[in-house]
Amino acid sequence: MIRERKPCVVLTFSTTTAAMSMEKRCGEHKIPGRLIPVPREITAGCGLAWKMPEEDYEKYKDEVESLNITVEQKVWLKL
Amino acid sequence: MIYFDNAATTMHKPETVIHAVAQALNSLGNAGRGAHEASLDASRNIYGVRERIADFFHGEDPSRIAFTSNSTESLNTAVKGILKPGDHVVTTVLEHNSVLRPLYEMEEKRVEVTILPCDEYGMVYPEDFTRAIRPNTKAFICTHGSNLTGNVLDVQSIGAAARERGILSVVDASQTAGVFDIDVQKMNIDILCFTGHKGLLGPQGTGGMYVRAGVNVRPLKSGGSGIKTFEKKHPSQMPTALEAGTLNGHGLAGLGAAVDYLNRQGLSFIRAKEQALMKKFYLGVRDIPGVKVYGDFRTMDRCAIVTLNIRDYDSGEVGDALYMDYGIATRTGAHCAPLMHQALGTTEQGAVRFSFSHFNTEEEIQRGIEAVRELAE
Repeated sequence: MIRERKPCVVLTFSTTTAAMSMEKRCGEHKIPGRLIPVPREITAGCGLAWKMPEEDYEKYKDEVESLNITVEQKVWLKL
Repeated sequence: MIYFDNAATTMHKPETVIHAVAQALNSLGNAGRGAHEASLDASRNIYGVRERIADFFHGEDPSRIAFTSNSTESLNTAVKGILKPGDHVVTTVLEHNSVLRPLYEMEEKRVEVTILPCDEYGMVYPEDFTRAIRPNTKAFICTHGSNLTGNVLDVQSIGAAARERGILSVVDASQTAGVFDIDVQKMNIDILCFTGHKGLLGPQGTGGMYVRAGVNVRPLKSGGSGIKTFEKKHPSQMPTALEAGTLNGHGLAGLGAAVDYLNRQGLSFIRAKEQALMKKFYLGVRDIPGVKVYGDFRTMDRCAIVTLNIRDYDSGEVGDALYMDYGIATRTGAHCAPLMHQALGTTEQGAVRFSFSHFNTEEEIQRGIEAVRELAE
């Protein structure tokens, strides 16, 4: 049974290194979210994407920006 | 066994390195190939090692570090990835075959190669590089420390001379990484090639290269990358560009633990200990009648290597006697540095290389000196 879908923001990267850097820096800054396989709706370089519930993204978006990690795409999805 | 073959590989590894490899073997999935915990753990682990290596060599950021299986792979990637037909490259007689053989291959592809000779001490100087520059000079490729004599070259000045003229500086740090401070930015290094299993105290099969941002290296291999699956061409983003195929995650876990160990000990402590052992050995053997020591000992700020011959004895025979009669492990014969052997006049005899680690003791050095003295009698 597939889980209930909720609005979220998905950030994609061009390399695994960038994705791992995202996870580490978010952990250090206590920014919620986790790495997921890139959803099929998105074409991305790296197979890993950073997923955040939409309300968390709205709350933390300035901090996410300030991490200075090159994000390939930022996509709003129901996942 | 008294192990004096640390320039070949450091046999004594910190316990934490062994533990990290064992732990990785019990838990890691394939890095960058999935979003489940086993794969993510492998990715996290490798990313952590990438960060630590980038910090260790003062690279701009972790993405500039690509992992390879050893210096040979890094050097092949550098040589074949930056040179094109019509380019000119300057290198030295001190180089290992892992530099020379890729260059000889490139010579067949119309790359011009200048190999700088050394002086009577086995040294090459920055001005030798400057004098060899041609309008089409693309790179200076040189070793930081000779694997045969232990002499250390002034790669910072060589790099400065290169940078001033838009020439790339490629450095082989096989013998120095983990012992000498290497700051790629301060030392004007564009590509640094290193191995994990010597001074860095990690497992064999680990190594890598730093590539300065803006320097484009064509990959030696292409294949699986975990990214951009549907593109026909291997991705060009660093570090993926130079890392086709599954990385040695288990080995890299050990390399990460080794870097932590080195940072805890401090390179200046490790270097001082090794150099003190080398100095004691050198002073103990240099005046023994019949012993000839090679290389530049005007300074002791050099790799902890003492290479010698006894009379006209075959170096292999001396090494065999050292091991069978005294339990001392050394490297003998030719040391993959053919031009340096030619320069030293040891192509027939080879040479016996004693190379030390900070894990060696003064008592071991004393036994080494006595063994050389007895064999020379």
